[in-house]
Amino acid sequence: MAFGLLATADADLMEIIGLSLRVSLTALLISCLIGLPLGALVATCRFRGRSALLVLMNALMGLPPVVVGLIVYLYLSRSGPLGWMQLLYTPTAMIIAQTILITPIIAALSRQILEDMHEEYSEQFRSMNVPWRAEIAALLWDGRFSLMTVALAGFGRSIAEVGAVIIVGGNIDHLTRVMTTAIALETSKGDLPLALALGLVLLVIALAVNALAFVMRQAASKFAYG
Amino acid sequence: MRLNVACMFAGLIFSGLTLTVQAQEKSIFIQSTTSTANSGLYDHLLPKFEAASGIKAHVVAVGTGQAIRNARNCDGDVLLVHAKAAEEAFVASGYGVKRFDLMYNDFVIVGPQADPAKISGVAEVGTALKQIADSGAPFASRGDDSGTHKKELALWKAAGIDPEPASGSWYRATGSGMGATLNVAVGMGAYALTDRATWLNFKNKSDFKILTEGDAALFNQYGVMLVNPAKCPDVKAEHGQAFIDWLLSPAGQSHIAGHTVGGQQLFFPNAK
Repeated sequence: MAFGLLATADADLMEIIGLSLRVSLTALLISCLIGLPLGALVATCRFRGRSALLVLMNALMGLPPVVVGLIVYLYLSRSGPLGWMQLLYTPTAMIIAQTILITPIIAALSRQILEDMHEEYSEQFRSMNVPWRAEIAALLWDGRFSLMTVALAGFGRSIAEVGAVIIVGGNIDHLTRVMTTAIALETSKGDLPLALALGLVLLVIALAVNALAFVMRQAASKFAYG
Repeated sequence: MRLNVACMFAGLIFSGLTLTVQAQEKSIFIQSTTSTANSGLYDHLLPKFEAASGIKAHVVAVGTGQAIRNARNCDGDVLLVHAKAAEEAFVASGYGVKRFDLMYNDFVIVGPQADPAKISGVAEVGTALKQIADSGAPFASRGDDSGTHKKELALWKAAGIDPEPASGSWYRATGSGMGATLNVAVGMGAYALTDRATWLNFKNKSDFKILTEGDAALFNQYGVMLVNPAKCPDVKAEHGQAFIDWLLSPAGQSHIAGHTVGGQQLFFPNAK
């Protein structure tokens, strides 16, 4: 049935799939832009309170989506401090919520990977007197394949969550309805077969994104290592 | 130095985000109860309204209690719900401009075919609830401060029963929407109070059917009102009022009457 739905390429379904991908991939991109440098910084430098920061970063990986949604709602609500931006019930609001949700995942997981690599590389860096910015760039570049898995973990979290986007997006037809909120809606209408079919479509999307990442990685490593 | 770099990143991201703030089109947000959305009423009405007015209406469908709270936070231009007392309180506190009766339908009690409390055909809803409580058969309540939940609590009160002490035993508050509560009720063979529109559209009925209906106490009135621009300056008063005027006009009212599911009319217009 899921494949039947996909095959008929229902315009509404395509719109919902498109928005899901747009929101989650944009949130992922922003999260990587923040999370990867942050992870690298924490991985390479030593400072007072670092352990506490590590625990905090790791704990924030478990941020409940519904809490993130609620906090973002309170900020973006017309009566909230950022209400003047008129972002509530827009895809941008959903991107903000998902970015907050997955940035800790990207930062914490990349921190672990880069720290392990840094231990390996640190003597070499020191002997060659590499400046710290080049150090971080080298770590990020050499760790790119492992970091891709980190990004996929973040993507998995964002494409699958419903708690945050349903609060800040409002599940508005043709505006903020994504796969997960559509599944919640059909479940609430008691249309369980359709909800399940949409769930299978979501799984197929996740599979496709992961397969694409795998192929890219294969091609890239072939190019890099021959 | 390192901190500066991090700050630069944050600044970049923030400016990127603010750039995506889009130009506002001619549109309004409706904070609505779920039954009107789930029954397809808006799919039926909104294209006609948009054709007539050029205004696009976006529907946020949540329980009545949450819809009113969202409207109090100014996160909507029009409020369309079904809990008259709460709506009047909303207007009295200055958040709504004026409340209008829009349409009605009725609540029904649904339950399993086996009907352990033998309420099938009982005309008085108070008697039916008493029989459910006495039999200890499970009853699934919304428990979410929605219009239907408020109605259910009023019905228990009128029947002289306090179900709260039984919460967790036969009285089960799901704290969820109507559809989710019906799914729970079907799953555990529990009775439930639901508006007729949601029930007729509900597809996971299993062997459940309407057991008690027709009592005047089960009347379900829907109201509509503009969020007050005096409290919420961002409210699109002109467009929101245009939507309300259209709903209350003969054209809007006849379109409401024209919405059917399986040949059955779901909402009966009664604007004055």
